[in-house]
Amino acid sequence: MKRALPSILIHTLLVLGAIVTLTPLLWMVSASFMPTGQASSFPPPLLPTHPTLEHYVDLFTRLNLARDFGNSLLVTISVTLFSLVVNSMAGYAFAKLRFAGREAGSGVLVSAMVIPAQVGMMPLFLMVKGMGLVNTPWGVMIPGLAGVFGIFMIRQFAQSIPDDLLDAARIDGASEWRIYWNIVMPVLKPILVTMATFSFLSSWNDFMWPLIVLSDDTKYTLPVALANLVGEHVQDTELMMAGSVLTVLPVLAVFLVMQRSYIQGVLMGSVKG
Amino acid sequence: MSNATSERRQASAAWGFLAPALVLIGVFFFVPVLAGFVMSFTDFDIYAIGSPDTIRFMGFENYRQVVTDPEFWRALRNTLYFVVVGGPLSVIASLSAALLVNAKVARFKGLFRTIYFLPVVTTMVAVAIVFRYLLHPKYGLVNRCARVLHIGPIDWLGNPHWSMPAIVLLAVWKNFGYNMLIFIAGLQSIPDDLYEAAQLDGAGARAQFVHVTLPSLGPTFLFVGIMTMIGQFQIFAEPYVMTQGGPLRSTVSVVMLMYEQGFRWWRMGYATAIAFVLFVIMLIATLIQMRLQGEGRKS
Repeated sequence: MKRALPSILIHTLLVLGAIVTLTPLLWMVSASFMPTGQASSFPPPLLPTHPTLEHYVDLFTRLNLARDFGNSLLVTISVTLFSLVVNSMAGYAFAKLRFAGREAGSGVLVSAMVIPAQVGMMPLFLMVKGMGLVNTPWGVMIPGLAGVFGIFMIRQFAQSIPDDLLDAARIDGASEWRIYWNIVMPVLKPILVTMATFSFLSSWNDFMWPLIVLSDDTKYTLPVALANLVGEHVQDTELMMAGSVLTVLPVLAVFLVMQRSYIQGVLMGSVKG
Repeated sequence: MSNATSERRQASAAWGFLAPALVLIGVFFFVPVLAGFVMSFTDFDIYAIGSPDTIRFMGFENYRQVVTDPEFWRALRNTLYFVVVGGPLSVIASLSAALLVNAKVARFKGLFRTIYFLPVVTTMVAVAIVFRYLLHPKYGLVNRCARVLHIGPIDWLGNPHWSMPAIVLLAVWKNFGYNMLIFIAGLQSIPDDLYEAAQLDGAGARAQFVHVTLPSLGPTFLFVGIMTMIGQFQIFAEPYVMTQGGPLRSTVSVVMLMYEQGFRWWRMGYATAIAFVLFVIMLIATLIQMRLQGEGRKS
C-alpha cells in the first residue's frame, strides 16, 4: 500500500503537517520580538518589522522572571538527581536481588500506577503544610522524589544484567552497596540518562502541584509565574510570548539534545504496557 | 561464602535499597490516598484546618452532594466531551502522522518525526497562552486561515459552543506526537510477509490497510486508547490557563472543579469525594474500552 501512494502526495502532507505543528511555536518566537502592540494590529503581521529585545529585558528586570527561572531549575535538577538514585536502587533490587516479598512488593507498587494522584492531593497538601513546607521548593519536590514508573523502567532494564557478573563480585568479597555503585550503576547508564530526561521535562512542565503548594510569588516556578502573569498582562501579547519562549526553551533544548534516549524510553514504556 | 549467607545478605541489602523509595511512596502517596478516602466521608473544610476537632463523619453525604450537584454534571459533561471528541481525533492524527512518517517513500523521516514530537515536550502553560492569542477572534492566526476558507470569524474562547473545541484543538496539537511514536513502532513490527501475502491475494492498498495494518495494530490501539483516555480525564492546565473554565463555565473540567472546591473554597472533604468519583468513572471507562476493543478483535 505504501508504494501505491505517490511520493509527492506523501511529502506534501508531511510538509503541511510540519507547518501546522511548527507554526504556533514559530509565531511565539516571532511575536516575542515584536514591539509592543504589533501582534495586535490589523492585519496581524507574521514577522516583526523592527525586532526588539525589550520584552526579554522587561522579563528579567521589572518582572524578575530570572528568579522564577532559578526556582524552576533548582526544583527540576534536585528532583531529577534525587529520584534517579532512589528509583535506580529500588529498580535494581526488584530486578536482581532475591528476597521474600519481592512479588508482593511490586504488586502493591503497580496498584499505585492505577490510582490518579488527585485522590490524595488534599491530604498531601495538609501533610506538606503540617511539615511547614508549603511555599518552599521542598514542598514542590515531594511528590516527584520517588516514582513507580521510574522504578519499573529501571527494573526492566536491570533484568538484562547477568547474574554471573554480580555473583563474581560477591565471591571477590564486594559489598552489595559496592556492587550497586561500581558495577550496576555503569551498566544502567543508558536507562538513567533516559529517566533523567523524562524527569527533567515532567518536573519542569509540572503545573498543578506547584500551583497548589506555592502562594508567594518569590517562590513560583516558571509555569506558575507565567499563568499568574497572563492574568495581569493579558493585553501584552508580545511580553507573554517572550515569557512563553523563556519557559519552553530549556525543555526543547534538553529534548533535542537527548532525543534518541528519550524516544527509546517512550517506546520502552509502551511495550511494557 | 555459603549460599545461605549470600541469600540472607542479599535480602537485607534488598530492603536497604528499597527503603528510600518505599518510604517516600508510602508516606507521600499511599498515606494521602488512604487519608483522602477517609476524608471524603467527612465535612473537612477551612475550619477543620485550624481545629481538627470540628471534623464530623457524615457517611456518603459528600458523594450524595457530588452526584446531585449540577456543577459536577456540567464539569463531567465537559470532561467527557474532551474524552469522546478529543480522544478519537487525537488517535486519528497520531495514526495519520505515523503512516506518513513510516511510508516507504518518505524521506527525512527522522526530521519529521522530531518536528511532530516537539509539542509533546513543551510546557502546557506556555503553549496554552500561545493558543489564547492564536485563537483571538480578530488578530489570531487560526481565524486568519479560516477566513481564507470563508469560515468565521469564530470567537473561539468567548463563545461557549466553541470553547471546548478550542481546548480539543490545543490538546490534539500538543499530544499527537506521543502516540505517533507508539504507532510507528507498532507499524514497524508488522512483518513484511503479511503485506506480501495480501498482495498475492490481490489486495490493493486500501484492502491491505483494512485487513493487515489495522488488525495488526490492535494491541497498540488498546494501549494508546487507554493511556490517552486516562490522561484526558485529568485535564486541568488547558482550561485553567486558556479559559479559566469559561465562558459561562463551559470548559470547567472535573479536576478543575475539584481544585476550586478544595483549594479555593477549602471544602476538602467534598473535593476528595469528587476525586474519588472521577477515579471510579475512569476505572469503569477503562474496563469498557478493554471489553469493546477485546470484542472488536475477536470478530
